[in-house]
Order: sequence, then structure tokens, then C-alpha cells
Amino acid sequence: MRLEPRPYQPWLLLFLLPVSALAFSVITCSALVMLSGASPYQVLGLMVKGAMGTQFAFLETLTRATPLIFTGLAAAVAFRAKLWNIGGEAQLYIGAVMTVVLGTGLLPLPAPLLVPVLLVAAMMGGALVLALPTFLKTRFGVDEVVTTLLLNFIVILFVSMLLEGVLKDPSGLGWPQSKKVIAEAQLPKLVQGKRLHFGFVVAIAAALALWLIDRRAALGYEMRAVGYNAKAAHYAGIPVNVVLAKTALLSGGLAGLAGWSEVTGLKGNLTLDLSPGFGYTGIVVAMLALLHPLGVVASAIFVAAVFVGADAMSRTAGVPSYIAQVMVAVSLLSMVTALMFTRFRLRWS
Amino acid sequence: MLEAIEILFTASLWAAAIRIASPLIFGTLGELICERAGVLNLGIEGIMTAGAFSGWLTVYLGGDLWLGVFVAALTGAAFGMLHGFLVVPLGLSQHVTGIGITLLATSLSYYAYRLAFPEVTSPPKIEPFQVVAVPGLADLPIIGPALFQQTPLTYFAFLLVVLVAWFLNQTPAGLALRTVGENPAAAEAQGINVVVVRMAAVMAGSALMGIGGSFITLSAFNSFFFEMTNGRGWICIALVVFGTWRPGKALMGAVLFGLFDAYQLRLQQLAGAVVPYQVFLMLPFVLSIVALIVMSRRVAYPRALMVPYRKGER
Amino acid sequence: MANSTAGERPAVLRLQGISKTFGTLKANDGISLALAGGEILGLLGENGAGKTTLMNILFGHYVADAGSIEIGGKVLPPGEPKAALAAGIGMVHQHFTLAENLTVLDNITLGTESLLRMRSNRAAARVRINQLGNDFGLSINPDAVVSTLSVGERQRVEILKALYREARILILDEPTAVLTPQESAALFETLRRFVDKGLSIIFISHKLNEILAACHRVAILRAGRLVAERSIAGVSRNELAEIMVGRAIPQAKAEPQAVGAAVLSLRAISAGGGRVTLRGINLDVGAGEIVGIAGVSGNGQALLADVVGGVRKPFSGNMLIDGEVVKNVSARAVVARGVARIPEDRHAEGLIGDMSIVENVISESYRGRRFLRLGMIDWGKAKSFAAAIIHDYAVKCPGPDARVRLLSGGNMQKLILGRVMAQTPKLVLANQPTRGLDVGAVVYVHEQLLEARRRGAGILLISEDLDELLALSDRVAVMFRGEMSVPVARDKVNIQELGLMMAGHGLADGTHVDAA
Repeated sequence: MRLEPRPYQPWLLLFLLPVSALAFSVITCSALVMLSGASPYQVLGLMVKGAMGTQFAFLETLTRATPLIFTGLAAAVAFRAKLWNIGGEAQLYIGAVMTVVLGTGLLPLPAPLLVPVLLVAAMMGGALVLALPTFLKTRFGVDEVVTTLLLNFIVILFVSMLLEGVLKDPSGLGWPQSKKVIAEAQLPKLVQGKRLHFGFVVAIAAALALWLIDRRAALGYEMRAVGYNAKAAHYAGIPVNVVLAKTALLSGGLAGLAGWSEVTGLKGNLTLDLSPGFGYTGIVVAMLALLHPLGVVASAIFVAAVFVGADAMSRTAGVPSYIAQVMVAVSLLSMVTALMFTRFRLRWS
Repeated sequence: MLEAIEILFTASLWAAAIRIASPLIFGTLGELICERAGVLNLGIEGIMTAGAFSGWLTVYLGGDLWLGVFVAALTGAAFGMLHGFLVVPLGLSQHVTGIGITLLATSLSYYAYRLAFPEVTSPPKIEPFQVVAVPGLADLPIIGPALFQQTPLTYFAFLLVVLVAWFLNQTPAGLALRTVGENPAAAEAQGINVVVVRMAAVMAGSALMGIGGSFITLSAFNSFFFEMTNGRGWICIALVVFGTWRPGKALMGAVLFGLFDAYQLRLQQLAGAVVPYQVFLMLPFVLSIVALIVMSRRVAYPRALMVPYRKGER
Repeated sequence: MANSTAGERPAVLRLQGISKTFGTLKANDGISLALAGGEILGLLGENGAGKTTLMNILFGHYVADAGSIEIGGKVLPPGEPKAALAAGIGMVHQHFTLAENLTVLDNITLGTESLLRMRSNRAAARVRINQLGNDFGLSINPDAVVSTLSVGERQRVEILKALYREARILILDEPTAVLTPQESAALFETLRRFVDKGLSIIFISHKLNEILAACHRVAILRAGRLVAERSIAGVSRNELAEIMVGRAIPQAKAEPQAVGAAVLSLRAISAGGGRVTLRGINLDVGAGEIVGIAGVSGNGQALLADVVGGVRKPFSGNMLIDGEVVKNVSARAVVARGVARIPEDRHAEGLIGDMSIVENVISESYRGRRFLRLGMIDWGKAKSFAAAIIHDYAVKCPGPDARVRLLSGGNMQKLILGRVMAQTPKLVLANQPTRGLDVGAVVYVHEQLLEARRRGAGILLISEDLDELLALSDRVAVMFRGEMSVPVARDKVNIQELGLMMAGHGLADGTHVDAA
């Protein structure tokens, strides 16, 4: 058995293989569900209903998808340039820190000014977090995978320190949490009385902007060239390190926006459980979308649906909600495998 | 200030250092074996978690402690087989696959734990490995408690360093493994099956990661809880670089790290009021990054690391 | 030579109807071939004729789609290098298969001991390697790390690998590509010693002279087919050439012409990193002149190309293009000054295989006004630029949006030529511009270089192919360990002297050559 590159990619395969990858993960997880004694049909039904069955459920899924679009775009843009940013979690939290530092009363601005200021500040915060590993990569050749991973732990501890120190809410009954952002900083809800907020719109806009950059802008071209073959890009005169730095700022900034949107759109303040691993899940979202900016929106909604659906299902059927994470992980692995088979074919000999 | 220095000469510090280093030694050796064969294994964090869980569960269900270690190794090897299958014959991105393995192994462990213990509030306990003092040597000052009053798994970790070093440098199989990580085409030209050697290396290395995980639940603690691996896997990856892919140096790195971690715990108690405890908790991670920067200049990394090998590709 | 007669002795190796297809390319098409005991069989064919594919099938790196291999009457299982080794086949690859960070001994003994052994027997291996070295004139320090060895020494290790396993059939794939003429002659001597001791040899080459000098018999491949077999006795060079190419070979010819002012001047350039360092390089290339740089691979030619191509900054010295000092050496700076760069490695440096032809042809110029407006690329213009190149340079491809990876080597090179020559360059930097190309493409590249010369461009031609250098260059210099000899006019060059200089003799003194 060996793999042979395909001269061209049949469109039917491009469609069928990802679908069968998702089917595979559903089947695998059904087997796991059966271990708990529940019926996979029932569980799957409950998940679908919990994620999309009602208007409330669907809006909840979109709400959950919002930070995932940001972190998914962050991973997608970085991975395109082969900058392995695994530090979305850290960038998210620093984005949130910037938001609460400036947004809890320090800047007494009206909403039309304060919202964009906080947005930019959060982006800068996130960008800064990724700038360090990128600098270490370009200057010293230190693998950014390990440094961004380690930075996740450092940043979480740093945030914990802030929340028990300077950022601690004095009226928070001793809980490690920040003050609430002021009303002018908060994002409007998209549907009266529901949780879906303006951050979702910003996320969609970010995806569209990235798509435009990818298709049309010199920067998008440069990022692709560096990602495919940095040596050839360097030879052609594309400033590889500058492109990587720009990519890092963009990627880190997008992840920072996830923190901003969660704080100003949903939670109101910063706590240590602001993100249940949105940074890591963003990587999966990006891979499922084949790193395509618009695909990220779709895959973020899918992944969010899995989580929201599993939460709802878990409450009624008693199957641990960790099944959602298993499903996402299996989807990731089967998707990258399927993707490989669109480029290679098996030959038996 | 003086107290801070005095701590350095306490036996308990050194004993703790070795204890903290033990799971890292297993994990680092495991990652080192994978990487010397040319495969980056970012699944380590999840594989350690899975090893911690499966080893503990085996003992909880009435198995012998060593059976628990064995099951943890098997669990590790199984995830290693999956990682190896995806990145060796299929040649998928080692970064993405590794992250996926970590997600999968971690979430499967948590799912299984919740399935087995739906309603527990405090984690169930087992009877862990006990300290076995080496007669005579255990009474030596400082190094006695540090090196000769440990649990059997720690002794095993030290033995493994020697075995792995011997294997890599003195045996024909070790040579094959190293060549596959340096230049797979050269290995194939000499009749070595690259896929088989890489798969074997990833499985063996992952088995060691599993054992490293089981140390946490069977020797360091006596129960399983969420997030207990807490980045140890990532630190092992940094330690491999710090140890320049050599078992002896990796051991030194792990012990140094353990020493540092044990020291910061004690300093925390000393300076707790002045410096936030988070700063001390951060230091091991910061130290890992610093170590990576320091070593970046003079590393002889395996040349074929992260390069997939597809036989017959043009 | 060729005084012995092959064919009467029994065949030690027999290939029967070997076929292999890659995608749409028939690399091997029903090839049947026999190798007699004690024979040196030349396998002749131009690049892309299928020689290497055939040998990779024989060695088990590839599996043939059809056909069988017999060694000593026994069928060899396909796709197993191990079986080929066990059957006594030893292969010296064109691109050495050595692990650079390991020692000579480790490279040689790898796979020769049972993987279950608890300890390698290094002492015995050391004795044996020294013994073989003495017997065959291939002595080498078994404990040296391969990365410290010269190219010639590495080849010795490759051959020792086969001898250590007691190979009966030795296959050498383009073994002289990395050697000086003298080293090549010595290699042929060694090969004769091998056949005296009973080995049989397949010698793969696309160079006619070498086939004539080294072999008893020759088999000629063209476009994947075996088109002829001849005994060396009584065959002429021209006959072989015609069979190999299938038509008369057109030869690009440089007409004498006046040389203008220097378009490239290097003044005491030093640069480095890694094993070689450039030391105080001085060189002038005039308008309308081709200066050829010879040398054994790894003596600083790549560094020189990197500096002139703007990919590497020198640590000292000046580079002048068209009389002006290039202050901040960068790829963009030299391209802007009119340097056309043809890189050594099309795949690694020249092109980005996963990107389209359009994306590849603008890689040096997308920042210019022509393609960029407000940070956005005008893909329409880029596409018509690509279409023009495809048309003007006759690039065979499905269309401008096709991925470059799918093109043949010759078409890739045409694409690069189109990209860099479109701006009527002042200087052309051509680094191994014809490596791996078939004869048609080689001639095309040569014509393009000569055309640029006629237009008055200066050309710096770096090549390991001495025939190519001597055919095109007005002056030739030699590089050895990062130093460069004084360039000598072509009609004063003696190939023996050149070979000696490539091996490091009499380099400091350029007059040496003139004396010959």
C-alpha cells in the first residue's frame, strides 16, 4: 500500500470525503454513547434539538459560535502562513484584560467611541502576546508551538494574579473577578431579550475582511507564499519575517477580539472561566474549515452546535457532556485524514 | 534571605525535586524517542492524561499497582499507534495531528471518568506506591532521601534513562531509529523499513508517556481529577530541546526543573505575603521558554524531524 | 577501452518487461535488459529518459506496474530494498543517501546486524572497513562524521556501503556529477578493479564520453523505452548521441562579440555561514559577456549565487551593479537594478509548487505599480502577464491557473526564464540552469542565455557541468573552498588544468593555467 499524489482533485471527492469524515465521527461517538447505556438515536436527536430545535437554542448556538469564529480565524490566518499559533487561549485572555482595564470606567467615553477603542485595544493586547513567540521564532528559531502553548499557562496565571490583585472587584464578595464594564462599553443585543450580541456581527465582518485580504490583497498573497514555501518566498524577495510579524499581529489580534466580545457582549466582566478552551477549539474550527475564512464561520457554528447540543442533551439523557469534546477531536482527526485523501490516492500493489 | 538559601540544603527539597522530576523523565524520554525517529508527538499532554486515568482506574478496579502501570503504558501505546498511523504512513501534519490526539485522549479520559463516576463529589482514592528505601544508601545525608527513599516508579525512571541511552547509542535497532530520524532515505537504502521503525518508536515513546501519566495518579497522588496533567506534557517537549535530544541531558533538565519547582513551592511559603503565588507557579513555564531560547543556538536536532517520508514520492 | 566481450557469459541480472507510470508520464515502458557477470554495462539516456526510475525499481524503492526482475535465476520480490540488498545489489545513488550527523561506520553498518542484538559490534566493523578500503583503494576514517567529509569522500562511503554487504552487482547513478575530471578517471580505475574481482556494474550516465571510457557495453533509453544496445567496441560518440536523443543535437554556439563596461563587480566580497566561507571574492562581468564559474559542488558557488542574487548579505566587501554600489543587499534591491536570477533549485527556491502559474510569475514584481493598487493585487493584469509568458516561452501547461507542481522540469525552467527575462535584464545570474533538464530544454535555456548576451546583458553562469561551461563562457573561473581563481579566457583553458584547480591545486596563482 502506498500513497500517490493525485494529478487533480475530483470535485465529488472534495465534497464526499469531508462528509464521510463527519459521518465517521458521529458513528464513533454513537458507539461511545452506547457505552453509557443510552440510545445513540435519542442522544443525537436531543443534541440536534438542543442546538437548533428552537429559536432560543439556535441563538444560543450562534452566541457560542461568536468567540469560536474569532479564535478560528486567528488559527486559520496563522496556519496559512505556517505560523503554528496554539496560543489563542492566552491571546483571548489578554484581549479581555485590555477590555476590562480600559472599559470599567478608566475611559469615560460615549459608546460610539468607547466600543471601537476597546476593540482596538483588545486586538493590540492579543497581538502583543503572539508577537513574542513570533519574534523568538524568526530571531532564534525557537519553535512557536511550544512557546505559544507554554504562554497559555503563563497568561492564565497572570490573569489569575490580576483578578486577585489590581483588577479585583471590591464588591465581588471575594471572588476572583473584575468589575463589570461600564454600560457604554457593552455591546447591544441583536435580538431583544436574548443573549446573541453585536460581537457576532463583528465576527462575520472579520471573516469577510480576511477573505478579501486572502483573495485580493498583497498581504494575503504574501502569507500564502510564505506558508507554502518560505524559502522560495525569501528568494523572490518577499520579506518573510515581516510577513510573519504581520500575520502574528493579525492572528493574535483576532484571538484578542474573542476576549473583547465575550466580556462586552456576554459576561460583562472578566473571570477565570471566561473561556472554556475557546483558544484550543479555534484550532479545530480552523482545520475543519480547511483554513478558509468563510468556512470558519460555518465550522464555528457547527462546533458550537455540538457543544450547545451536548450540554442540553447531557441534562436530560445523562450522558457526560464531554462527548462533545470527543466528537470535536474525532472530527478534527478524520477531517485532516479526509483532506489528505483529496490530494493523494491509495495504490495497492 | 538566609532562609531562602538554607532551603537548598534540606533533604526534603531534593527528595521533592526528584519526585517532581519523575513523571517528566518518563514523558521526556518518550518524546525524545519519538523525535529521534523524526516524529514530533504533541499528543503527549493528552497521552499522559489518558495514562494517568487508565492506570488509576485499573488499580481502583482492584488491579495491582504494576498492572496499572502496564495498562497506562498500553493506553499510551494505543494513542501512539493512532498518532503514528496518521503521521507516518499517511504523512499528515504532525502539529495538527498531535493537537488532535491531545484533545482526543484528554476528552476520552474525562468522558470515561464521568461515565464511571457520574455523581462523585470528592475523587475516589486508591492505595498508591509506597516509598521503598534502599538499605544503607537511604541514610546518606541529602542524597539518601533524594535518590534512595523514593517510590519504585522513580527508580524505574532512572533505570530507563540508562536503558534508553544504551539502546540509542549501542544497539543496531537504536542506530536504525536514529537514522530514520536523520535521513529516512538513507535508512531505506540500507534495507530498513522506515514506516515500521517510526511506528515502533512512536508507540514505544507514547507508552513511556502513558507511564509518566500513571506516576501522577499512582505515585504522586492517589486519585484522578481533571486538569491534573497541567501542562507537564508541554514542559517535556521543552525539556527534550533543552536536553539536545540526549537522554542523559534530558534527565539533568528534568531534575533541574524538579528542583526549581520544589524550590519555588518552598519560597512561596516564605514570601507568600509579598509576591503573589501565581508568580512562582509561572516560573517553571517561563524557565522552559528561557531554556528554549538559550539552547536554540546550538542544537543538533534530528534532521528529518517533522518531515513526512513517503516512499516512492517524486 | 572495451577489450572484453560481454554477452557470452551468463547473465547475473535480468529485467523483463519493466513498466512504470507516474500520473500520465510513462517513465518506463516495457524495458528488458540483461547484465552479464564481470561486465560494466552503461545505461545511457538523457535526463527524464527513465534511467533512475528503472534503477529505483530494481532496488525496490518503487514497484513496477508490470515486469519482473531475476537475479542469478531467482525472481526478486518487488518493492523491497531489503530483498535487493540480500540478493547482492548495491546502489550508489546520485543524491547520496547518507545520514550526515552519523559517522561513516554507522552509515555503513546500518541494517547489516540483527535489530535484536543487544550491542553493535563496532570493533569488527572498523577492521573490516579499513580492510576493504585498503583492498580497493577507498580508504576513509570510519569514525569521521559524514558532514565533515568532502563530496568525493562521501561517494567513497556510498561505495563502501555496498562492498561491506558483499554486493555482487553495483549500480552507480551519475557518479561523476560531483567529481573533478581526475577523480572521475580514478573512479573508472576503481570500477575496473571491481570487475576484476568478479563484480558486475551498471553505470548510469547521460555523458557520452564517460560511457565510452568506462563501459564494455551500453544500453540506451529514450522516453522510457530501451531503444538500442551496443558493444562499446565499434560504436562512435555521434552514433550514441543520435540514438539517445532521437535526432541530431542542435548545439547553441556563442559568436564572438565585444565586451562592454562591467555590469557586475564584486570587490573583496566575504560572506558565509555553515561549512564554507567566501573569502575576498573579486570578479567583473562585462556587458555582453558570459563568465563561467566551475567547481566541485559545495565550494562556495551557492554562497556566491546567494550574494549576487541578493538572498544573503555579505559581511564585507562591495557589490556594484551597472557601476553603482548596492548598499543594502536584498533580493528586491538586485531585482530592481536589473538582475535576472535563475536559481539552482527550481523546486525549493525558484517556484512555489502549490501556487498557480499566475501567482508564481508575479512573485518578484507584485509590489510594482504594474500589479498593485492600494495594497490590492490586480489579478487580471497578472493573468495576462502569465498568459504572455506561457505563449512567448512555449510553456506546456493546462493554463495560467494550473499549479506549478504539475509542470515538467523543463517547463518550470521556462517559466522562471519568462519571469526574469521579461524585464530585459542587465545581468543574468544563472546557477545550474540546465540541471536535470532534457536535451531539448537544455538547448532552449542555452539559446536564451546567448540571446541575453547578444542584447548586451552580462551573464554569470555557475555550473558543475564542465561541457556546458566551456561551450558558453567567454571566461572561466574556478571556486575551491570559498576562494575564486582569476578568470581565464575560454580558448586558453585546458580541461586537465581546470580539473586540478577544482581539486585545489594552484588556485592562488591564476597564471598557472596560462602556462599550460
